[in-house]
Amino acid sequence: MSGWISSLLAFLALLGRWMLESAQHTGRMILFTGAVFLRLFPAWTRPRLIIQEVYAIGVLSLVIIVISGGFVGLVLGLQGYNILSKFNATESLGVMVSLSLVRELGPVVTALLFAGRAGSAMTAEIALMKTTEQLSAMEMMAVDPLRRVVAPRFWGALFAMPLLAALFSLVGILGGYLIGVVVLGVDPASYWGQIQQQMSPVDDVLNGVIKSLAFGFVIGLIAVFEGYDAEPTSLGISRATTRTVVLSSLTVLGLDFILTAWMFGT
Amino acid sequence: MDSYIQFERVSFSHGRRVILDQVDLAIPRGKITAIMGPSGTGKTTLLRLIGGQIRARSGRVMVNGLDMGRASRSELLAMRRRLGMLFQNGALFTDLTAAENVAFPLREHSRLPEDIIQRIIALKLQAVGLLSAADQMPAALSGGMSRRVALARALALDPELMLYDEPFTGQDPINLGVLLRLIASLNKALGLTSVLVSHDVAEALSIADQVFVINEGRVVGSGSPEDLLVQKAESPFLQQFLDGVPDAVTGQSETEARNLAAALGLGVPAVPMAEQESVQ
Repeated sequence: MSGWISSLLAFLALLGRWMLESAQHTGRMILFTGAVFLRLFPAWTRPRLIIQEVYAIGVLSLVIIVISGGFVGLVLGLQGYNILSKFNATESLGVMVSLSLVRELGPVVTALLFAGRAGSAMTAEIALMKTTEQLSAMEMMAVDPLRRVVAPRFWGALFAMPLLAALFSLVGILGGYLIGVVVLGVDPASYWGQIQQQMSPVDDVLNGVIKSLAFGFVIGLIAVFEGYDAEPTSLGISRATTRTVVLSSLTVLGLDFILTAWMFGT
Repeated sequence: MDSYIQFERVSFSHGRRVILDQVDLAIPRGKITAIMGPSGTGKTTLLRLIGGQIRARSGRVMVNGLDMGRASRSELLAMRRRLGMLFQNGALFTDLTAAENVAFPLREHSRLPEDIIQRIIALKLQAVGLLSAADQMPAALSGGMSRRVALARALALDPELMLYDEPFTGQDPINLGVLLRLIASLNKALGLTSVLVSHDVAEALSIADQVFVINEGRVVGSGSPEDLLVQKAESPFLQQFLDGVPDAVTGQSETEARNLAAALGLGVPAVPMAEQESVQ
């Protein structure tokens, strides 16, 4: 009996500790977000730093985004053709591929890849700067690390994400064209014509852009926070990087449901 | 004596652990002051309090007339522009060359034309004897060279106050000599106020004008290096710290040492009991 009670108490203690740590973590993140927001516009006094980050975060992610977009488009084309051919509707392949990509897969898959490729890199870089006292050195040189290091990276993520998602969708549509039109013989005029007729610039394209902006916002924020909040040890860096990928991916998927329900729910 | 920095009954703690306990000290202007003590006694905390990175739980830290506990953010930034700090590991920005590291504070805080910035970089790197390493990345520099580049960076804005955090740790004898000479000569030539945190007794005493020894959060010895030698006679802790006597060795006999080595399996035979008794 006493063993059972002590196990229950140990479990409650563990749960309590976890809840306290989670509350502290959330509190630190809220304070950090406020501090970063205050520095977002002052960071534009050095636009070169933001451009550098767009390059580091966006341009260097191009390869993974283009290759993944191409493969996703090829798979969508193939699957779509198989399903649509049962209903003699293969001329709708273009709109099926493009709607899937622009509304959903483009922003979401890009965000997941972005969290793994750029988000983890941002976290590791900031956490390493903290561990090696580079952030402290900046503070002691009267340079604000939130303005000099964090805000430009956040802007970089915010700008890069919609551009990468658009590129992902574009390459995916070309992949669908390649498999549907070039390999399986769908009429090219139907492929492009249906896209032109059925896709709405506001309901589909703009909503996709809003989604990718929202995903860029949360990934950027999580990545810079986890880096800045990391324990200054090698284990701390590793944990922070993992947390960025896991938290960003889950947040993106959850947020995607909310945004989809808001944008496309009847 | 005119003080640049003053600690008035300053206390600081991490959770329940007291790091500094009612510390009073005055650091004179234009001199080298060494703050010494065993590892983990709050020496670096003291530097962070001076730099305003942390605030005291109680008491007052005054830096050049500015109360660090009440200073606004802009006052703090203005004070830090007159301050240079050499971190224990150099803390160079790893994605910038040595020259760009030195240029960093200049680019952040001045609108000097590029040719002037290049001249200042050359001047500062020349001062630390590393002009030839200007284009090297920090990863390509040795520990001693990194620290000298960091020193050049700390001096870039011609500070009034220099803070050194364990500058001698892990240095080979040649680099150690170079650093000692640099710190002493720069202080004299530029009229700086220097605060040097170190547990390297001989090195710190050789260049310091004034010394504070801290143990368990309290000042246990202060004065000129000569004063400390006098105080040493009356304080067992100062005697042990300044002479570098480890705790365990005090009073340990050769027999005890051999028995310990045997117990650890180091291939040394233990001293037989009969022999131990005859020695005693």
